[in-house]
Amino acid sequence: MRYAMAVDTRKCVGCSDCVVACQTENNVPIGFCRDWVIEVMDGTYPQLEMEIRSERCNHCANAPCVRCCPTGASRIEEGGIVAVEHNVCIGCGACIASCPYDARYPHPAGYVDKCTFCIHRIRNGMTPACVDVCPTKCLYFGDLDDRNSDITAVLKRRKSKTLIPEAGTDPHLYFLK
Amino acid sequence: MANRRDFIKISLYGAGAMAAGAGGYKLIKAISSGEAGKKLVVDLKRTPTYCEVCFWKCAGWVYKNSEGKIWKIVGNDEDQHCNGRFCPRGTGGVGMFYDEDRLKTPLIRVEERGKQVFRKASWDEALDYIATRMKEISVKYGPESMALFTHGSGSGYFTTLFKSFGSANIAEPSYAQCRGPRDEAFLATFGEEAYSPEITDIRDTRCLVLIGSHIGENMHNGQVQEMSDAIDKGATIITVDPRFSTAAGKSKFWLPVKPATDLALLLTWIHEIVYNDLYDKKYVEKYCTGFYKLKEHVKDFTPEWAYGITTIKPDIIRKTAKEMGDAAPAVIVHPGRHVTWYGDDTQRIRAIAILNALLGSWGRRGGFYRPSKFSLPSYSLPPFKAPAKSWTDLFPGKYSIASSPVSNVLIDASIPENNPGYPIKGWIVNGTNLINTIPDQANTLKAIQYLDLLVAVDTMPMEITGWADVILPECTYLERYDVLRASPHRKPAIALRMPATDPMYDSKPGYWIARELSKRLILQNYFPFEKQQELLDWQLKKTGSSLEEMQRIGVKTFEREVDDLYFSEDEQVGFSTDSGKIELYSAYFEGAGFDPLPKYIPHDEPAEGFYRLIYGRAPMHTFSRTSNNPNLTDLMDENSVWINPVVAKEWGLKTDQYIWLKNQDNIISDFPVKVRVTERIRWDSIYMVHGFGHKDKLLTRAFGRGVSDTQLITNVLVDPLMGGTGMRSNFVTFLTEKEVQEVAS
Repeated sequence: MRYAMAVDTRKCVGCSDCVVACQTENNVPIGFCRDWVIEVMDGTYPQLEMEIRSERCNHCANAPCVRCCPTGASRIEEGGIVAVEHNVCIGCGACIASCPYDARYPHPAGYVDKCTFCIHRIRNGMTPACVDVCPTKCLYFGDLDDRNSDITAVLKRRKSKTLIPEAGTDPHLYFLK
Repeated sequence: MANRRDFIKISLYGAGAMAAGAGGYKLIKAISSGEAGKKLVVDLKRTPTYCEVCFWKCAGWVYKNSEGKIWKIVGNDEDQHCNGRFCPRGTGGVGMFYDEDRLKTPLIRVEERGKQVFRKASWDEALDYIATRMKEISVKYGPESMALFTHGSGSGYFTTLFKSFGSANIAEPSYAQCRGPRDEAFLATFGEEAYSPEITDIRDTRCLVLIGSHIGENMHNGQVQEMSDAIDKGATIITVDPRFSTAAGKSKFWLPVKPATDLALLLTWIHEIVYNDLYDKKYVEKYCTGFYKLKEHVKDFTPEWAYGITTIKPDIIRKTAKEMGDAAPAVIVHPGRHVTWYGDDTQRIRAIAILNALLGSWGRRGGFYRPSKFSLPSYSLPPFKAPAKSWTDLFPGKYSIASSPVSNVLIDASIPENNPGYPIKGWIVNGTNLINTIPDQANTLKAIQYLDLLVAVDTMPMEITGWADVILPECTYLERYDVLRASPHRKPAIALRMPATDPMYDSKPGYWIARELSKRLILQNYFPFEKQQELLDWQLKKTGSSLEEMQRIGVKTFEREVDDLYFSEDEQVGFSTDSGKIELYSAYFEGAGFDPLPKYIPHDEPAEGFYRLIYGRAPMHTFSRTSNNPNLTDLMDENSVWINPVVAKEWGLKTDQYIWLKNQDNIISDFPVKVRVTERIRWDSIYMVHGFGHKDKLLTRAFGRGVSDTQLITNVLVDPLMGGTGMRSNFVTFLTEKEVQEVAS
């Protein structure tokens, strides 16, 4: 089992619904977020191109945050989900510094927090809150080892990229072009 | 004249009431790892609602956490408006409930030691006060001197109150400040409006044409979803906008039209489609009238003619016209929604309606579908007395094709020197912040000074509440029952809103407020049900459902009686126009003294050093009503002014620098606004998101954040047909901090 997510940049309108749905679902304190939206512009008026991306933890197979965690709080759960055990985390911030995607934040309660692909929902047979809410259905989530999953199909059908592949982290967040 | 009514910052709340609110929102501990996460999913109670953050009214579920507090809101899978997916505003609707700045108790304006202040009042006291003043106005001037300005689900209750009181002066700013020209243009052409939600069949379209409509930034949920479906299916999107909108970023063609010239482009498209035989001949022959007059009218509107006006190259105009023709009838030239731009808006939308008619998209798959609406059982009420005078008697002969009362007319009639047919002396303002809704703020504030009564019903201390004599705090949509939602859609359906929790503070539902007022005016016969839920149960039982069933399912969708979502091949369609046909040439407009076919008229252009002010929406906000919502301000807490890099260089402006804006009438923005230097805007225009720059300090998150476009809209071009307020003929220039100080000294 290998969980991954794909973001269709052709459909994403950057509304940030994924952000607010994550915040309410996971009680992320106001002022922090586990996912966010990036807009990249290219060209000069009137020859313009725009890419909008909903970003979050890349749930890397070779995760620097897990390697550098001194307490073992950052670890890899089933399906390759990178998670933080809050009770074990001492909030040292080494993982925040090591993440090339800036996907982690210091929770005011003293631990580090991040996207879990809504592991509590997945375990109950649901999809992550951001996938579930997205009005444009631009987020695909599933198991790469399952040949019949939506994500396997869409990654086969469409061209995609990952972010900062040169960091060697083997990220599992894909962007469909 | 001395101010009879000062703006009061609501500072004299009981301290206790404030304290009660502060502790409301306790975040339960975030759970990042698995085990504890499971607990969140079990033991959850959900109650149905439909959203009130915007007019799309998506149906969903409110979930509470293990402490019994409202936790999250998610879409109802059965709902056609949202298909189980709320937009960011709906998801962030929890912030409307938890906002600690909410209105908490009725307040009455009193004078203390020569200073006007708000005093906390009981509901009885506040309602008695209003009823007494309403009776006084009725005796002195007649009941029609009371006017209602209203928006949202509670409108029906206050409408019943006003009609029973004897006034039909009931205006929704959503007409004359927003969609009115569209409704009138479609009514004149097809005998039917474009409805809300719009009946655009975007999911099956092959070509979607957006004229300034920024779907994706306006999160009209179903439309955004269907545009995404259309992208998936490879539909062509053509966007006409001086700004590179999000939709433009998804478009095959972006036409960066010179602002205020859209009508020239539309007429040229009509020319191309007519003279290149791209129109649906069979459809036009069968359903339309006035084709040859139209053909003659557009004879000279060639792409070369339009090039000099719109700056859009002739080959692009030709290509896009061909694209539409090839896709027909599965093509939508979108009617838009907020279309009060230049004062000739009804005629511009007429050109859009004509284009759709020529392409045969009305009543066709991938064009416009035929809506179906659930008809709710009505209960018998005593007949309403016909009002002695209507809004058309205020300024006879003006705006003769308006089918709804015009809010700005009611405001103008509140000012005696305008010599209205009779005076407007009292306003009830329900759920609309008139100060930031109606352009020309000075005029609105002047009108307010002449009123004998101004009542504001709201959940938040918006600017309008600061001018009220009485403020009535309504509870939010998460704390009340409301009317059943029965909007037109592909299938008839109903949706229930019920309280997820008791009202916080001393706030009350709109139904209760209107009914309590009716009792004091001896009009309670018009409100036979003591509580909203009794009415709902009665209605639902009549339809074979029940309140209990709807509480369980939230949404009930019915099959259409007839399978007629689109026109069938040989259908003889009767249109509700005078001719019974689609009127390309409007005899109705001609009879009313207006152009039967749309004409392009040049508009003013910015003076040297000035730029046209264009405004729009951000996906996470609705008007000015969400700009204090804690969840949504977390996504966007101020607007910025978009400036083309060429212009920015000329002025030495940098991204993130704060500047002030000054308009053509020397109005300087109250607050500074952040610069955003971007290629996404033409060099003759600037852009900002509407709804920011709040002046009420009680909105602690929104106060002073960004600039109010409404403040800078002082040149209003009123549509002579229906009274819509065109707001895009204002021009601004830039002031840096230093210059502002110099002006001040």
